[in-house]
Amino acid sequence: MKPATGFDIIAIGGSAGSLPVMGRLVRELPRDMKVPVILVLHRLKNVHSELNKLMSTDRPIIEPEDKEQVKPGCIYLAPQNYHLLVEPDGTFSLDYSELVHYSRPAIDETFFSIAATYGKRALGILLSGANSDGAAGLLRIVKNGGTGIAQDPEEAEFDIMPLAAIELSNKIDVMRSDEMTTYIRTTYNNK
Amino acid sequence: MVEEISNTELQELIYIIQHQYGYDFNDYAKASLKRRFVRFMGHASVDTLVELKTRLQTEPAFFKRMVEYITVNVTEMFRDPGFYKLLREEVLPRLATYPIIKIWHAGCATGEEVYSMAILLQEAGLLERSRLYATDMNAANLEKANTGIVPMKWMKDYTHNYIQSGGRHDFSDYYTARYDNAIIHPSLRKNIIFFQHNLVTDQVFNEFQLICCRNVFIYFNRPLQEKVVSLFYDSLATRGYLALGMKESMLFSKERKKFEVVNGPYKIFRRKL
Repeated sequence: MKPATGFDIIAIGGSAGSLPVMGRLVRELPRDMKVPVILVLHRLKNVHSELNKLMSTDRPIIEPEDKEQVKPGCIYLAPQNYHLLVEPDGTFSLDYSELVHYSRPAIDETFFSIAATYGKRALGILLSGANSDGAAGLLRIVKNGGTGIAQDPEEAEFDIMPLAAIELSNKIDVMRSDEMTTYIRTTYNNK
Repeated sequence: MVEEISNTELQELIYIIQHQYGYDFNDYAKASLKRRFVRFMGHASVDTLVELKTRLQTEPAFFKRMVEYITVNVTEMFRDPGFYKLLREEVLPRLATYPIIKIWHAGCATGEEVYSMAILLQEAGLLERSRLYATDMNAANLEKANTGIVPMKWMKDYTHNYIQSGGRHDFSDYYTARYDNAIIHPSLRKNIIFFQHNLVTDQVFNEFQLICCRNVFIYFNRPLQEKVVSLFYDSLATRGYLALGMKESMLFSKERKKFEVVNGPYKIFRRKL
């Protein structure tokens, strides 16, 4: 694994079976961590859910508006029914075009855009899910010099999503969720 | 296969398109424009940027196909049902005081939002004296919108949205099902005029009591958003309404002081005096 030098962005994607893990990762982030975190979760359209409650975290989870600046220390959630991208100038932009992997938001689209915008300063994490969204995106992050982590398929409730990524490249690291937390904390402390 | 386009490459494409065809994409949001080009290259089986540039320069038909592909926006009937509920309860009763109600759907894509509006107006007894101007820069979108055809497979979702928006009628009364398609009833469409209008380059063409421009600004950068808000201001009657997409903000716009907020979360604004 490449030396932990810290990141400018962390994006976590997941689908079926990922919510409890995503919640745990968010709850265990270092309190004073400045690195912004983007969550991309496959969700139902035209239904408003309270992700904060679902993840039982007291930290505010922000659904960004179009062209909002990505701010330090914030946790963002891709809004339902939009793809969430980050522009080269560090602002969010939303995209309401066709579904990708039957989903909008698609994890791939967010991963592609942070790979392009942040390069080696990007960390992508792909969790449990029942389709292959996010795999190509995680590969792109790694190709652009960033770090890609897939949830250990043994631990994932649905292993299709992390397996799809792992099969694409041996540069994608495989971790259990507790190892991800340790990794983020270590990386962060060494920054 | 090209997976990514650099900023420089994007600039080159924009330059070619602008100089050869007059379409100005300079102020489009870069991240989503890049992904549209990459997706178009996959769709049209173009393997390299050199090939893309050459074909754009030498084949006008290919250019047309490209523009129609990259500017195609998906749309839904009664997307964000809460928004339509607000239109029913707050906005339409105010519009009812005008003898003729003029509404502009800017960036109407394939028309689903316009049909939704026509249904609301019909239910409020206002459709007869309403004129709906629906514009888009994409001619293929407009051609499709003019047919009134909506794929049947989405009707279940749309019916659900309609009910959530406070609709009390049988949604299937508004269309005729034909195999895989639903055709929106012609009586709902008779006061809709679809025509081409480019928000980047075209001007004010009428005065409206309501302008709906939902999920179009997300494709523009801030300076262009600013310019278009100003175009909308000039196109609105005093106290006319402007509705944007739920994640689109006027926070960054210098023009925002000229509007009051009618509903923050649903992004409904009203032109001040």
